[in-house]
Amino acid sequence: MSDQQYTCRPISEGSGEGEALLSTDALCFAMCDADTGCVLEKGHCLDGRSVAGKVLVMPTGKGSSVVQADGLYRLITKETAPAAVVIQTPEPVLVSTIIAMEVPLVDTVDPAFYDNVEEGDHIVVDAVAGTLVLRKKTPGGAAAKP
Amino acid sequence: MELTSLEQDMLAGEHGEGTALAMKVQVGTGKAFYAKRMVPITRAHVAASAQEGDVYWVTRLVAAGARCVISPTVNPSMDLRYVEGQLGPLTGEGRDRVEASNEAYRRIGATMTLSCTPEIEKNVPAFGEIVAFSESSATPYVNSVLGARTNRESSISALCAAVTGRVPEYGLLLDENRRGEVLVAVEATLKDDFDWSLLGYAYPQVYKGPEVPVFTGIDKRPTPEGFVQFGAELATSGAVAMYHVVGITPEAPTVEAALGGNAVKAHATITDADLDRVREQFSGDPGPIEFAMLGCPHLTIRQVGEIAALVGEKRFAVDTWILVSSLTLELAERMGFLSVIQRAGGHVIADTCMDIPGCWDAYYDRPGVTESPKCAFYCQVYGQRYAVRPLAQAVQAALAGEVV
Repeated sequence: MSDQQYTCRPISEGSGEGEALLSTDALCFAMCDADTGCVLEKGHCLDGRSVAGKVLVMPTGKGSSVVQADGLYRLITKETAPAAVVIQTPEPVLVSTIIAMEVPLVDTVDPAFYDNVEEGDHIVVDAVAGTLVLRKKTPGGAAAKP
Repeated sequence: MELTSLEQDMLAGEHGEGTALAMKVQVGTGKAFYAKRMVPITRAHVAASAQEGDVYWVTRLVAAGARCVISPTVNPSMDLRYVEGQLGPLTGEGRDRVEASNEAYRRIGATMTLSCTPEIEKNVPAFGEIVAFSESSATPYVNSVLGARTNRESSISALCAAVTGRVPEYGLLLDENRRGEVLVAVEATLKDDFDWSLLGYAYPQVYKGPEVPVFTGIDKRPTPEGFVQFGAELATSGAVAMYHVVGITPEAPTVEAALGGNAVKAHATITDADLDRVREQFSGDPGPIEFAMLGCPHLTIRQVGEIAALVGEKRFAVDTWILVSSLTLELAERMGFLSVIQRAGGHVIADTCMDIPGCWDAYYDRPGVTESPKCAFYCQVYGQRYAVRPLAQAVQAALAGEVV
């Protein structure tokens, strides 16, 4: 299947790509194990799943004013941070943290993206040009190679 | 976003690299929220912490030559001398980070209050004042109880604001965003401060959206501590930075005023069952405990007095830490509470947070008691198993050595 390209709004500039990790809950990075990137929050829809190297697609951020930054910083130093983050609604703590820590972040993605994206698809985020490329995974599971 | 020539110069690095870095984060954040301009602030509070990410950021700004234009009050780290006097020398990165954090904040020009309750002492904004407050328990209080205006700043963005002396104008700085959209009927009984903690944790579970909630059905004003704890839990369970309590908070004399012409987007109801669910979620297992950690957010002098009254002639069965501001510690000594608690074997400590990685290892992977769902929530990453109880019950547990 050919790549699908969508528009988005860059918030924190940069680029990143990886497997899509879809969350219906807001996430606080402090609730991730820094060594593995795995979410530790009980009851969170990503509980036990790793954000490492993924393109994290979530509604927004949450959590206290300090721990978000500390959590993300620890993930970055241990190389378990997400490759990029796609949100629906900006949240001040998340936005300022992600800009300072220089992780690509976009919002206002073309609504069609949300209709098509599935867990495990490959996403390329260009948070300078404001584009997001979705490469659907093959029926076998892994994302299709170009 | 339109920047003044001064702000453009700041962003371009003409006021130093540190100021430019701070501006870059603020302008980026402002753009994310479609801010049209920046506005001056008259106060700031930075939720400094001796955590890696925060130390990285303040050190980076200091190294780039940043100095605060508005000296911010700061959150606690740790009174190393006291803790080491009790638990033996701390070694490793945690201790280094406490020292690095304190040194960097001093150098950047912060006011070293080392307290997480600036909104009730030492940095109290007036109605309508535009400020930059991080510390998620202080932010809702500043907006909702005092009627001053701040967005939910991170420790990073609040420090940027202290450096530049301004904030992007968006969100809760604007009248239209302070008005309520969710009408919350509180049918639960709120007997004491702890019930306000439970209500704060329960609301974001019942309604997950970012809109400003308007709480109705509450006829009795909580204590200042109740309001502080309510905000702390709202921001732990969700990301609520502003609320109205009809008939009690200043921008909500009536439901109509609180809504300010907004249509009600959603209705929610909170009952005793919702509070009980949170109580159950944090109840932990009954049985022996090895320590008590009280004061997240920092306890006030009234609460320290209540603890002293409960202790009386008894002795604590386990290590008991009561975390307060330096002012409260001074008052506790003047009022005789400190000697009661110390005679019982307890510790009243200033300048200190329970969430300082690598400094409370003595209590990691152990069962304890706290009055704070927020403490229990964030400290689970250290393997600490907290039973959360109302303050008086937590003190009884510390005296008995077990939670019931």
